[in-house]
Amino acid sequence: RACADVFQWATLRMERGAREKNQQLYKPYSNGIIAKELVSLEQEIQEVRRSGIPAPEPEFDMSDIFSFCRRGVESIVDDEVTKRFTAEELESWNLLTRSNYNFHHISTRLTVLWGVGVLVRYAILLPLRVTLAFTGVGLLVVLTSLIGLLPNGWVKSSLSEKAHLMCYRICVRALTAIITYHDSENKPKNGGICVANHTSPIDVIILASDGCYAMVGQVHGGLMGVIQRAMLKACPHIWFERSEVKDRHLVAKRLSDHVADKTKLPILIFPEGTCINNTSVMMFKKGSFEIGCTVYPVAIKYDPRFGDAFWNSSKFGMVNYLLHMMSSWGVVCSVWYLPPMRREEGEDAVQFANRVKAAIARKGGLADLLWDGGLKREKVKKVFKEEQQKMYSKVLVGVSEDSHGSEVVRGPALE
Amino acid sequence: MGSRASSLLREEDIEEIKKETGFSHSQITRLYSRFHSLDKGENGALSREDFQRIPELAINPLGDRIINAFFPEGEDQVNFRGFMRTLAHFRPVEDNEKNKDPNSGEPLNSRNNKLLFAFRLYDLDRDDKISRDELLQVLRMMVGVNISDEQLGSIADRTIQEADTNGDMSISFSEFIKVLEKVDVEQKMSIRFLH
Repeated sequence: RACADVFQWATLRMERGAREKNQQLYKPYSNGIIAKELVSLEQEIQEVRRSGIPAPEPEFDMSDIFSFCRRGVESIVDDEVTKRFTAEELESWNLLTRSNYNFHHISTRLTVLWGVGVLVRYAILLPLRVTLAFTGVGLLVVLTSLIGLLPNGWVKSSLSEKAHLMCYRICVRALTAIITYHDSENKPKNGGICVANHTSPIDVIILASDGCYAMVGQVHGGLMGVIQRAMLKACPHIWFERSEVKDRHLVAKRLSDHVADKTKLPILIFPEGTCINNTSVMMFKKGSFEIGCTVYPVAIKYDPRFGDAFWNSSKFGMVNYLLHMMSSWGVVCSVWYLPPMRREEGEDAVQFANRVKAAIARKGGLADLLWDGGLKREKVKKVFKEEQQKMYSKVLVGVSEDSHGSEVVRGPALE
Repeated sequence: MGSRASSLLREEDIEEIKKETGFSHSQITRLYSRFHSLDKGENGALSREDFQRIPELAINPLGDRIINAFFPEGEDQVNFRGFMRTLAHFRPVEDNEKNKDPNSGEPLNSRNNKLLFAFRLYDLDRDDKISRDELLQVLRMMVGVNISDEQLGSIADRTIQEADTNGDMSISFSEFIKVLEKVDVEQKMSIRFLH
């Protein structure tokens, strides 16, 4: 669309303008601060040791700590996990103050353009969008309640589908979201589970405006609760009470029951469990992969140049976030529907989850991480440290299956 | 979302840090942004918890010792200067053409200083000697529960025997340097910072 091209041009011009004027630009570290070793820790330690004469007894090399030490400091400077929980940094500037680090008075032209941008966004776009949003939500509640009065049957479901789609599309307009759907032939069908990477609550609106899903979530109070109850009248969604969430068997049972009923809509689930900043896909929780039905993976990738869609829930509340979104230029994203996958023979839930995750990461151009998205709020489990210790013990005591050809377990030599 | 991290760092500060550590201007600003993102309390200093929040560091067996190295004696907070000073140890050793003036003393990232950094990871009580106990402590941190006390003890004894030249059953800094003569310390204890 022409709009997108205008933005492109504007951002590039800004970038150029800023660079000309100001030498000491702050450059975001999208290229990384450091270059890390590609060799694994174990290999690194082995290499240093092999340079000496292999000892008959387990021997500690004072230099062993160097590798641990360096990697520790490397992770202080740049680690894979913590940066996924803050907004991605951009090379160019998109006329939003909040994503710019160099906002000095660089030139009058620039400031004027920025000023115009602010005016357009807050005075024109924002009120328009807020009105649309309220309309969309209001309509959703009203229509679904009306439809709920009808008896169950074909008429009800098709009306409900139309109503849902229409309201979500209004909401999409409210955010000025330009969405490109790819491979729509793979769209999720009834009796399956749709799985996607999670960046923000908007993900739901984006997916739901192109197809009908059964939502899964916790029962909320207030406005959300009203919306949830209304939606429930028109077609079956799965809302859990807070207490039920802890009971994994209950959750699994309700999900399987829903899936078994072919008249019910595909379930939409975000297995990461929390919002990630759209540069990577983190560990998928295995719960949804244990159910044993067809999984329809979907990859969602936002274009960060037009507005950062990531919801940093520890920093901003929901209302703040929505206001941010509505006062950005817009949301541009791509949705890829991947071919359905089923769990294969001999594959357990975790492996299946990882396979799906890898496919989504590949399609969306995101980094595939094994780390748990829960690390946003919690500490890492001790188990991982113990694994590192085990690995080092093996090196120290000299269990070598690979290099020396024979499996020699050298026990303690009594002096 | 974006923060005005770089605007809190003044040009004079950047120049001073540049002189002291040898990092370039852009490296300093980037590291400041990293410092700022780790500083959850937003008070301009990092506490131990801020470091422990990094998962890759938390699972590193020497994690706690490394964190300790950032904090000066008896303090619980490290500011950006201190942070940079410690990181400076890991700069690669290039021929320090720029630092030819004799007043600057030995650069922080010299081989000697790198070795001193590692030595201090062992030597908790800062008495300039690694005793058998201190060595055992580090060994225990690195192997966890996978090796028995006796075996670990004998490994420690052997290590001290090999390194100890003056017979005081502990390893001094000069003995430490001697043992690691052949090891490429410059490479192992350097991080490749991008420009």
